[in-house]
Order: sequence, then C-alpha cells, then structure tokens
Amino acid sequence: MMQVWHFSEMAYHPGWEFLDEGLRNVIPSRVYDPEVGADLYHRYLDEWALCDRLGLNIMVNEHHATATCATSVCTIPMAILARETRKARLLCLGMPIGNRMDAVRVAEEYAMLDVISRGRVEMGFVKGAPFEINPANSNPAELEERFWEAHDLIVKALTSHDGPFNWEGRHYHYREVNVWPRPWQQPHPPIWMTVASPGSAARVARKGYVIAALNTGYVHTPAVFGAYRESAAEAGIAAGPDRFAYLCIVGVGETEAEGKRRAHAILDYSRTTPRVQPQFFYPPGYSPAARLAGLIRSGSELRIQRRDGSDFRMQDGAVEDFMAAGVAFAGTPAQVVEQVGEFASVVGGFEHLLMMGQGGFLSHEDTVANLTLFSEEALPAVASL
Amino acid sequence: MSPVLFLHGEHFTAMGQPFLDRLGAGRELHAPLYPGYDGAPPDPDFRSVDDLAYRCLDLLEELDARDATVVGASLGGWIALEMAVRDRSRIGRMALLAPVGVKLSGREERDFADLPFMREAEAARALFHDPARWAPDPAALDEPAAEALALERQWAAWYAWKPYMHNPALGNWLHRAALPVLLLWGESDGFAAPEYGRKLAERLPDARFETIPEAGHYPHIERAGATAEAVLAFLESA
Repeated sequence: MMQVWHFSEMAYHPGWEFLDEGLRNVIPSRVYDPEVGADLYHRYLDEWALCDRLGLNIMVNEHHATATCATSVCTIPMAILARETRKARLLCLGMPIGNRMDAVRVAEEYAMLDVISRGRVEMGFVKGAPFEINPANSNPAELEERFWEAHDLIVKALTSHDGPFNWEGRHYHYREVNVWPRPWQQPHPPIWMTVASPGSAARVARKGYVIAALNTGYVHTPAVFGAYRESAAEAGIAAGPDRFAYLCIVGVGETEAEGKRRAHAILDYSRTTPRVQPQFFYPPGYSPAARLAGLIRSGSELRIQRRDGSDFRMQDGAVEDFMAAGVAFAGTPAQVVEQVGEFASVVGGFEHLLMMGQGGFLSHEDTVANLTLFSEEALPAVASL
Repeated sequence: MSPVLFLHGEHFTAMGQPFLDRLGAGRELHAPLYPGYDGAPPDPDFRSVDDLAYRCLDLLEELDARDATVVGASLGGWIALEMAVRDRSRIGRMALLAPVGVKLSGREERDFADLPFMREAEAARALFHDPARWAPDPAALDEPAAEALALERQWAAWYAWKPYMHNPALGNWLHRAALPVLLLWGESDGFAAPEYGRKLAERLPDARFETIPEAGHYPHIERAGATAEAVLAFLESA
C-alpha cells in the first residue's frame, strides 16, 4: 500500500532576494534574521506535526551553508517530531554519512531517536549533493568508499549488543564502539538510500534497502529502478514495490489552477537548486571523470528532461514543464491521483511517494490546505494505487 | 652519469613535455607518472604524498642512482622535499619549481589558493601569467581532454585534499633537506605566491631563490626554455 511522506527543506526564503547568483556555500549569514528564522522553524515543524493527524509520514533532510534549506542538522527536527507525533514514521533522507566525520555519533543519534519515537525511525543514508563537499571539507575522491565504511560501522554499531568492538578502518578509528541505547526496531531501523544512476542502484539492491529516486522524472527513473530490480533478482532478493520511493513536488487545489499555483510556488525549491557558483557543482572525484568532464565543459548548467525527451533549464521551468518531466504532480486531487498512477505504471511501481508539500515561498496557509486536501481527497486513492 | 628525476605537478602534466625534451637532451631523464595519473587507479592503500615519496625513493634505489638531480614541479616539489627529509643519500641536488607541501602561514590563512573551489577563469588566472594563451577554455575542450582534466583533479584530491596541499609536519624536518636546492618561482604565481617561496628558501639549509618573469605557477610550461636554462645552470653549478 502506497505511503505518502511530506517533505520540506525549511527554506530560509526571506534571504533569497539579498543573494544573487549563489544561495549556497559562500553566502554571509548576516542575511539570516534569527527572529524571522525562529518563526519559520516553528511553522515548518507545525506543518510536519499536522501530518500525524492527516495520515502522512514525515521526511526531513539536511544541507549546509545555504538559504535554500535551514535544516543543517537533520536529527534536530527528527527529535522534536519524535515527541510531537504519535503515529507518523520519521524518515531522514538523509544523513550524509560520508561527510560526517563521526559515524558512531550518527548511530547514537538514530538509536536515541528510534527509542524516543518508539520505533518510528527510518534511517536514510546519502552521499550528499556535490555542493555539500565544500562545507564538510570531506575528500570527494574518497566519498564513495568513506560512505560505505560509515555504513558498515553504523550498522554494526546498532546491531552489536554484547559490549564494545574495535574499529580501525581506513576512515574511522574507535577503540570501543559501544552504542547506547540500542535501537527499538530490531535488528535496526529500516535503511534507505538515494540513488541517481543505474550504476549505484545495484549495490543498494544487493543490500535490500529502500531506494529513493529524487526528482529523476520519467526519463531517468525507469533505468534506476530497473537496475535495482535486476540486481536484486540476481542476488535472490525480493524487490517488492515497498523497496521503491520517489520524491516529487505535489500541489493540489480545489481547482486545477489552485493546485498548479501551489506546485508553482513549491517549485522555487527546484529553481533555486542550481543557484550555486558552478565550481561547487563538480568537486574533483565526486563523480566519475566522464561526468565531471561534462560539467566542466557545460559550466554545470542543470537541465531537466520532459517525458518526450525535450529539456528545459532547471532555473526557469514552468509548472507545466516540471509536470511534463514527471517531477511535479499538480491539479485537483483526482488529477494528481491520475498523474501519480501514470508515473507509477511507467517506472514499474513504487510504494513510497515522497511528497514535497511545501517549498519556496508557499505560505503556511497554503501548505496546510495542500496537505489537508491531499490527505482527505487524494490519499485514499493514492494509497490503493 | 647521474640521472635526472622529474616529478610532475598536479595539473596539466602533458603540457610539460617541451620542458622535459630540453631537460632530457643528452641526459638520463626519468619522468614517472604517479599512480592514477598513469591511467590506472592507484592501489587503495596508496593515497598519500608519503606513499609517492617512498615510491620515488624506491625508484632511485632500483636505478642505483648516485648524485641524482631531482626536479619537481608544485606537487612534485613537495614529493621531492618529502624524499629529501627521509633519505638524501642518492640525491645530489634538487631544483624545485614552486613546490607546495610546507605550511608557513597561520591557521586562518592559506599558503595555496583553493583551486577546486575557484571559478575556472579565476583558477586559470592564479595558475598562469598568460591564461588566455595557456589555460584551456573548458567550454572548448573535447570530451577526452575534459576527462583528462577531470582525472588530474581527481588524483590531486586523492593525494592532497586535506590537509590541503601540505603536510603539517614537514616544516619540522626541513633541516634534514641539507643539500643544494634551487627554488624557482614564476613571478606571476597566484597559486603559491613568490613570497611563500622566499620564506621557504629561508627555512631550507642550502636553498637559493630565483624567479622567472612572465610565468605563473608552472614556469616549466609557460617559459619552458628559460626554466630549463635556469635548471641546467643550477645542475652544472651545484
């Protein structure tokens, strides 16, 4: 049964107008007004707390040194919501474990959250966007390797209950790994990973983890999910629809126009993503050289492909462009249900709809209306897709 | 005959060939490419400038070199310094072209420009006196050339990401590099400023500092002839 998760980046959008080309990495925090920021934090938390009553689950993430996402520590909203909510599952997608220098601390944070929430935590592990390398100062040429060592260590730390073990790896060193508390869920909370290419889907498939594709649309998602299914089958692992998640922008309204207006506002999340000075997009070694070479040559312009193969610049796409790409679903609840169903059938099915129900300048009132209307009029049909 | 060992820099390796042609004329020249730069991914256990220094010391031993001249550009100069503080028994002298590797400034200053997070045009200006002539235009590169550029950057990160382009301990051991050293610097070097080179010369037991006009961080690329002349003159004299 399809589950729906509400996601917001807790954007500090009031700062956007003061920043021009870049919204990330090198922007001065004097642009940030803590009083305005506090109101925003509480507002976004209220919207997540509302999900508990609406039958929606909750997804948070983190980014650094940016006005696009004020969640710099993903486990802080998780901790607040672990106590404010009762039913909703709490997904962090995710924790950039290759950029966190203390992997045992990650295990401790997740374990504590899992106990406080009485077993509602879903652990997302992500490599992080390329522009996250700069604030973390992690070596991009070793990121993949460090990510998997952190993963191995965190999983062992969460599943070892007979006292300490030693870890002298390439990237992490501990004399006594001994995580308290042990997690509520056994053997550990479910693990999710984001994947953007068919190549990296294979390894996630062999682990049997939930794979999440973020805004990859009609053109790229089928190959990513397909590679996962293929590798899982080769490894003899069942890859049911509950192993697949898709993140998209969702705007619903009483009318088609209202739904599109909401999606249009949320899409400023997508439109601001490329507002980064180009060099932060391709740290050396972050991706295979052939891909980085393409970014060096193109000046890292991000383009999104529509279903028909044509494309548009991410900064200036209209809501209809993003809908044509399968990145946004918008309109009346019935239209959105139809769009989600169509997308699911093309990509081979998925059971987790990661719905960006707030983004950019979308107001609190609009966000509440978006989430409430979705919950009341789209969720029952979406759930049975 | 005493061999010459050339240790290349982190970027634009292929552009150093005209310099190597002059340096190698009539001499036994060895110019190995480092693991990664040679086209094969390095062994996962091979990822530091220490490893590169030991590999190069092994090479001198395999060659049974006596009184070798080590010429190192930038990263290669750093490797040369790491070699010299470990074992200079087979090395007679070193000519270092804007070497990196030693931390001379305070914790909130950089000795070396942060190339990976500079705009392409800004990085080109830091590296070259005449970027319009020497720095490739990223948009005009064909795929193999852009990929080669990306790979050099990847291996530079592999070996020298953090601490960035230096070994915090190397400065403590420079007294062990007790051999004639020529520090040759492009006057327009915006990656490691000539002032850094002057200070480094003061820290070495037997170093002299010279500059090359109309050259940036890679004088052997921008002024291949003048740089080769300066190195060969030093080789004759030291």
